[in-house]
Amino acid sequence: MSNLMTGAAMVFRTLEDQGVKHIFGYPGGAVLPIYDELKNHKKIKHILVRHEQGAGHAAEGYARSSGKPGVLLVTSGPGATNTVTALTDAYMDSVPIVCITGQVPTHLIGTDAFQECDTTGITRPCTKHNWLVKNIKELSLILHKAFDVATTGRPGPVLVDIPKDIQFQKGKYVRPKKIINKSTKDNIEINGKDDDIKAVATLIKKSFKPILYTGGGVINSGPAATCLLRELVSLTGFPITSTLQGLGAFPGNDPKFLGMLGMHGTYEANNAMHDCDLMINIGARFDDRITGKIDDFSPRSKKVHIDIDPSSINKNVAVDLAVIGDVKIVLGKLVSLLKQNGLDLANSNRQKIATWWNEIENWRKKNSLSFINSNKIIKPQFAVQRLYELTKAQDTFITTEVGQHQMWAAQHYKFDKPNRWMTSGGLGTMGYGLPAAIGVQVANPEKLVIDIAGEASVLMTMQEMSTAVQYELPIKIFILNNHYMGMVRQWQELLHEKNYSESYITALPDFVKLAEAYGCVGIRANKPEELDRKIEQMLSINGPVIFDCVVDKAENCYPMILSGKPHNQMLLGKEEDEISNEGKTQV
Amino acid sequence: MVKSAYSFATKKEKIEKHIFVVWVDNEAGVLARVVGLFSGRGYNIDSLAVAEVDRSNNISRITISTSGTPRVLQQIKLQLGKLVPVHKVADFPRNRKTLLREMALLKVVSSRSHLEKAKKLCKKYKYAIIDRTEKSYVFEVSALKNEIDNLIKKLQPLGLASASRTGVVAMTKGSEIYK
Repeated sequence: MSNLMTGAAMVFRTLEDQGVKHIFGYPGGAVLPIYDELKNHKKIKHILVRHEQGAGHAAEGYARSSGKPGVLLVTSGPGATNTVTALTDAYMDSVPIVCITGQVPTHLIGTDAFQECDTTGITRPCTKHNWLVKNIKELSLILHKAFDVATTGRPGPVLVDIPKDIQFQKGKYVRPKKIINKSTKDNIEINGKDDDIKAVATLIKKSFKPILYTGGGVINSGPAATCLLRELVSLTGFPITSTLQGLGAFPGNDPKFLGMLGMHGTYEANNAMHDCDLMINIGARFDDRITGKIDDFSPRSKKVHIDIDPSSINKNVAVDLAVIGDVKIVLGKLVSLLKQNGLDLANSNRQKIATWWNEIENWRKKNSLSFINSNKIIKPQFAVQRLYELTKAQDTFITTEVGQHQMWAAQHYKFDKPNRWMTSGGLGTMGYGLPAAIGVQVANPEKLVIDIAGEASVLMTMQEMSTAVQYELPIKIFILNNHYMGMVRQWQELLHEKNYSESYITALPDFVKLAEAYGCVGIRANKPEELDRKIEQMLSINGPVIFDCVVDKAENCYPMILSGKPHNQMLLGKEEDEISNEGKTQV
Repeated sequence: MVKSAYSFATKKEKIEKHIFVVWVDNEAGVLARVVGLFSGRGYNIDSLAVAEVDRSNNISRITISTSGTPRVLQQIKLQLGKLVPVHKVADFPRNRKTLLREMALLKVVSSRSHLEKAKKLCKKYKYAIIDRTEKSYVFEVSALKNEIDNLIKKLQPLGLASASRTGVVAMTKGSEIYK
């Protein structure tokens, strides 16, 4: 009978067998048996958050910065519903997280019991899969399968709902040897068909105006994919652009890199996308923020789409050639085929695509990320640039909230490694960055972790500062404070006749005092000349810091592709004509 | 006015009718996953028929009649294929290779003469009278969807009191099956 263990013990046994070291969570009535069991499992450290949404984003930050699944444990009812935003966020951005929820005892399900809700019903559309465990015999198998579903194929969130009586019941723990689920099964069958790879190689040889358009799939595929991508670029000499989520897969400072594309992408990246004759999409999904007006999207190009998820193909944009498979396997095959053919592409292509590179260099001369700096007031772009300059020597991890500051961070902070950039792209969740930074710091204890934030976003999950203080997580919250919901304000200015409806926050907390109230350090910078010194001060503090960077209230984020416009019609900023060359800050 | 609307639907594509057959694990919530996928992504369901077909392997067969542009139909198939309890998804194009049937139970409450007229109308199809009284017949009719639509229209003036339909089910012709 020694084989038998309680459901609660089984949860931890599964976590141990899955190699989980940290879980983020919040206790409550329906998970008490699991929390009671926590003391017997010293290998697993529990991080107590202040709100379950924070646990979800922390698990996301943990997963994205470590490549391992993030785990959260919450109670039934409100505990479960509070995770919905984070689960949806993880679903949109393909982040592997495992959410374990308590549920009222099985005999009370359906009776509107205290803290009961239909957790699997509510989370069905925002998870890859979820399970309500009604039999102790199934518990360990389901938990292991949950990890498998979350981490294979296109990764994503899963949820296991465990009624309280199941947590108490005893059963036999089973660890399945190998789980064949849909994703693993499909991967065995389709990992870049050889004919498709050959076809891509042929298109590469023929192209005069190629571009590589890469996304988060490269990073999700792991470090090997990043190496292969870099090899592919050096082999072909092709220009490369990246989505928001793909930043870091290719070095941001490399001359082959055109910067981010899309709504707030660079002039050269978007024009190259529009005019190219061959587009190779690697692990991106033709999101509407990337394509702009779909009918005018890259009208003259052959389009290749490499993706692990077959349903991504032809969803938004019809492509000429689809290669279904894991990026690292597909690129591995492609790179070795290109090498094997001994094409000497780097040299032969240099001739062929030289004119194309000239065009690109001309677009580059626009300096689309430049802005007019000021010596009176801190420009937000300048603040991000200084932060980058003062932290680039270290292995720095950046998270963000959502809005203008997020786009400025994406434009002006240059990443040269994957898994260093954690931002909410698909769902656009304000409040993501602070708890995500907590997860990143837990996974990378010695590293510098900075949340580049907006003052409106960060207030949505500010309570997690208390978590950072409790676990001595030295995260730095760098707030670009313009008193507005900046991106809302920008759209209202440009598209709604400057009717700034409800986008100004008249009563903000004093962030320095707020930091002190949480038991950490607050720093404020008001003037450009004090910025460097204050950033240095922030970096010298071995503990969490809230940095209130007071910036220009009216600054807009450019370049921008406006409503229903194609890639080659970008707004470069209203001051464009008036800007003298010396007034422009070169980026 | 354009304002902040970021994109508009521009092309009007042709809407086609289509039938998908989906084999799923017969477990709690599986139908909700399938139906939720349709409503969540804005796909149409014209009819839906579902029942367990393989008890030993715990497999249910779902027949979904839907409509959409060719790209939407392709998406439906691929999105269905991603659901964890879904084993396979098959296209049943509306052509000569596909057998389609729908069954209806139709209760007519009326006078003797109207009941006889109703019976005559049903004779055009495969039918049976499975319950009869002085004042009423219950017809069991299996036919194509539009045939049943027509029959119902014609039975209405004859005293059709209640109609119950299964939704379409489909089978391939000949010895072929979907692996």
